[in-house]
Amino acid sequence: MSIETERSSTESEVSGLDYEETALTLGLPGGARAAGSDPERKRGFSQTVDLALGTSRNDPRGGGSGRGGGGGGSSGDRSDESLDREVSRSEKPPAPKARVVGWPPVRSYRKNALKSCTFVKVAVDGAPYLRKVDLEVYGGYEQLLSALQEMFSCFTIRNYPNEERKLVDPVNGTEYVPTYEDKDGDWMLVGDVPWKMFVESCKRIRLMKSSEAINLAPRAPR
Amino acid sequence: MMTYFPEEVVEHIFGFLTAHCDRNAASLVCRAWYHVERMSRRRVFVGNCYAVRPERVAARFPAVRGSPTSPISTSSPPTGRPRRALDRGLRLLPAAAAAGGRGGRAGGGCGGGAPLEELRMKRMVVSDECLETLARSFPNFRALVLISCEGFSTHGLAAVATHCRHLREIDLQENEIEDRGPQWLSCFPESCTSLVSLNFACLKGEINVAALERLVSRCPNLRSLRLNRAVSVEALSRILMKAPQLVDLGTGSFWVDHRSEAFHRLISAIERCKSLRSLSGFWDASPLCLPAIYPICSNLTGLNLSYAPAIQGSDLIKLIRHCWKLQRLWVLDCIGDKGLAIVASTCKELQELRVFPSDIYGAGSATVTEEGLVAVSFGCPKLHSLLYFCHQMTNAALITVANNCPNFTRFRLCILEPKKPDPLTNQPLDEGFGAIVRSSKGLRRLSLSGLLTDQVFMYIGMYAKKLEMLSIAFAGDSDKGMLYVLNGCKNLRKLEIRDCPFGDGALLENVAKYETMRSLWMSSCDVTLGGCRALAAKMPMLNVEVINERDESEESEESPSDFHKVEKMYVYRTIAGPRDDAPDFVWIL
Repeated sequence: MSIETERSSTESEVSGLDYEETALTLGLPGGARAAGSDPERKRGFSQTVDLALGTSRNDPRGGGSGRGGGGGGSSGDRSDESLDREVSRSEKPPAPKARVVGWPPVRSYRKNALKSCTFVKVAVDGAPYLRKVDLEVYGGYEQLLSALQEMFSCFTIRNYPNEERKLVDPVNGTEYVPTYEDKDGDWMLVGDVPWKMFVESCKRIRLMKSSEAINLAPRAPR
Repeated sequence: MMTYFPEEVVEHIFGFLTAHCDRNAASLVCRAWYHVERMSRRRVFVGNCYAVRPERVAARFPAVRGSPTSPISTSSPPTGRPRRALDRGLRLLPAAAAAGGRGGRAGGGCGGGAPLEELRMKRMVVSDECLETLARSFPNFRALVLISCEGFSTHGLAAVATHCRHLREIDLQENEIEDRGPQWLSCFPESCTSLVSLNFACLKGEINVAALERLVSRCPNLRSLRLNRAVSVEALSRILMKAPQLVDLGTGSFWVDHRSEAFHRLISAIERCKSLRSLSGFWDASPLCLPAIYPICSNLTGLNLSYAPAIQGSDLIKLIRHCWKLQRLWVLDCIGDKGLAIVASTCKELQELRVFPSDIYGAGSATVTEEGLVAVSFGCPKLHSLLYFCHQMTNAALITVANNCPNFTRFRLCILEPKKPDPLTNQPLDEGFGAIVRSSKGLRRLSLSGLLTDQVFMYIGMYAKKLEMLSIAFAGDSDKGMLYVLNGCKNLRKLEIRDCPFGDGALLENVAKYETMRSLWMSSCDVTLGGCRALAAKMPMLNVEVINERDESEESEESPSDFHKVEKMYVYRTIAGPRDDAPDFVWIL
């Protein structure tokens, strides 16, 4: 009932837009936008809103000009989704970014420049060459290690019972521990922090021989 | 009265007219002045490369040496903007060479050749062949400025470096340049000592650092140097030791272990650069490296940290406190409202502020709101140029800003969520923007966002008399909105509109207006093919281009009806007729 009152008092006569999002509901403002707010538009903004921004999924990096997911779905579904989001991410700021083609108006040069800063160099102790990987391409540690394994082709991954992951050179049995240098210049073991945090803070990766890795900060006991 | 004076005197007087618009005006007074002006004009500005044929330019201005050329401005940022398939720049050059009278070719042109010395191009497709032709044809070539161009590679740069022995300036801003190896820097001959400005920040690949260091060493007049990401801090230190006279520096990769010797060398090198006034670059910058620039911060008038997403608000605040002479600041929105408050209290000389969005793809984290902008308006009365990406804005804030800063020449506000109303009142932002245009009588460029009705356009038409460029998105209710602007803004040159309910009625009401403007862009509006055809029929001096980038398979066999709404439409005045380099998906009506 109160929602109805809110809506009638805030709805603008001029634009006819539905200001439900500013009413007192549990939904995130902007997240539960009603479909068809402007049905005359050929390509209304509301129809291109990409609502696939839930915390449970990896954010699909569709590129700067990604065409929105086409909206779709009933209002009911959307408000459920936004409720979940509200509960699980109450600290995050309200409106999830909507994906509209070509909006916000940022030059592609700038988008690309800021995008590609997740390339990191990978060095292997004893190998005379470096490789570069784009961390954004991988969904998690498993994929990254598989990629490293393929890249340096001489390793196999060995999983230890306590969930440590090591890369092993089958020829001489030398173990390598994946380590990385973070933004503060400290060397850490790969795998300690959540993946997204790792992607943001990793400057470069070094596959260190196990024997040398004893000086690194020990893992917190699980 | 002026006919008393011999031509040489009139020409001498015209020599004091440097602005293109002034020279244009002078040439319209009478035949005599037209003649004197055209024979003595050295620099030509062509705002829209398709508005006039190069040969015509060369024929009218035989003495042209420098040709800054800026092409069509498309709506920013349309995805899939039409690609200019042909290299317009190349066409300009032979014409200029012919007019230059080498060996008296291409009849008519006055003797005493005027070889091309400067070229400035924006949003053009430029090929390596074009650059090579340029370099070989004009060995005295001095300055190449390419902005947002594409189609060339480092081979083209090599050609320019090799053949233009008196090069003063190579300025590459935000171009897409294919990397074909680092050799181009080695192509500058040992005899090249004339460089004043070198900017290759947009190059993606590795470069030959040793060659760069040698080049810098032998160019004592080098004032501006902008490096790309491939240049390490160690290399930067060595370069700065050789060029402490730099005034403008774009760093390369600004990351080094802050506990290392290399970091200390960097500090020493930067300290020596007493003339540094402007800094940019900071690729991959870590906050721990920022203290390296503290020694020279108090001299800085320009600072661009907008490519350093790892620098968060608190680090920015520490840095900004040192920069009290700043006039131009470009940052990411992670500076936050708190950081902007520090800018307001520290940077009393601030004239230009740009706050870019740091998180374009995902959900926003720390950002800026109307509070930050209001704080800056209180603290920085000289502010006249603004680009501000934010999460929200209120009418009250805009009115306050308008009162505090009546000198805006450029005001571009981008509220990230389209059609977002004032969060305090749920009202459209008409009143806020209305206050801005009422107060800043000198406003030349305006970009709108947020929830807006026809009312805001009424204000713009009434008050924004000096407005030259207007960008509109997701705004307005009816054709009236667009008409207010077309009828009211006397000085309007460029109008770009997307996703607004403006249709054929608005398009066709005041067609004469478009001949007074450079261009009109409309996308995802209600304009139909029939409307565009009608416009083309009525106005032969306009090119009406309809851009339709649909998949081939989606189109029906018959041509679309007149009622079909066009995706994108571009209208511009021209004396060159329809262009011949339009790609397939562009229909010229």
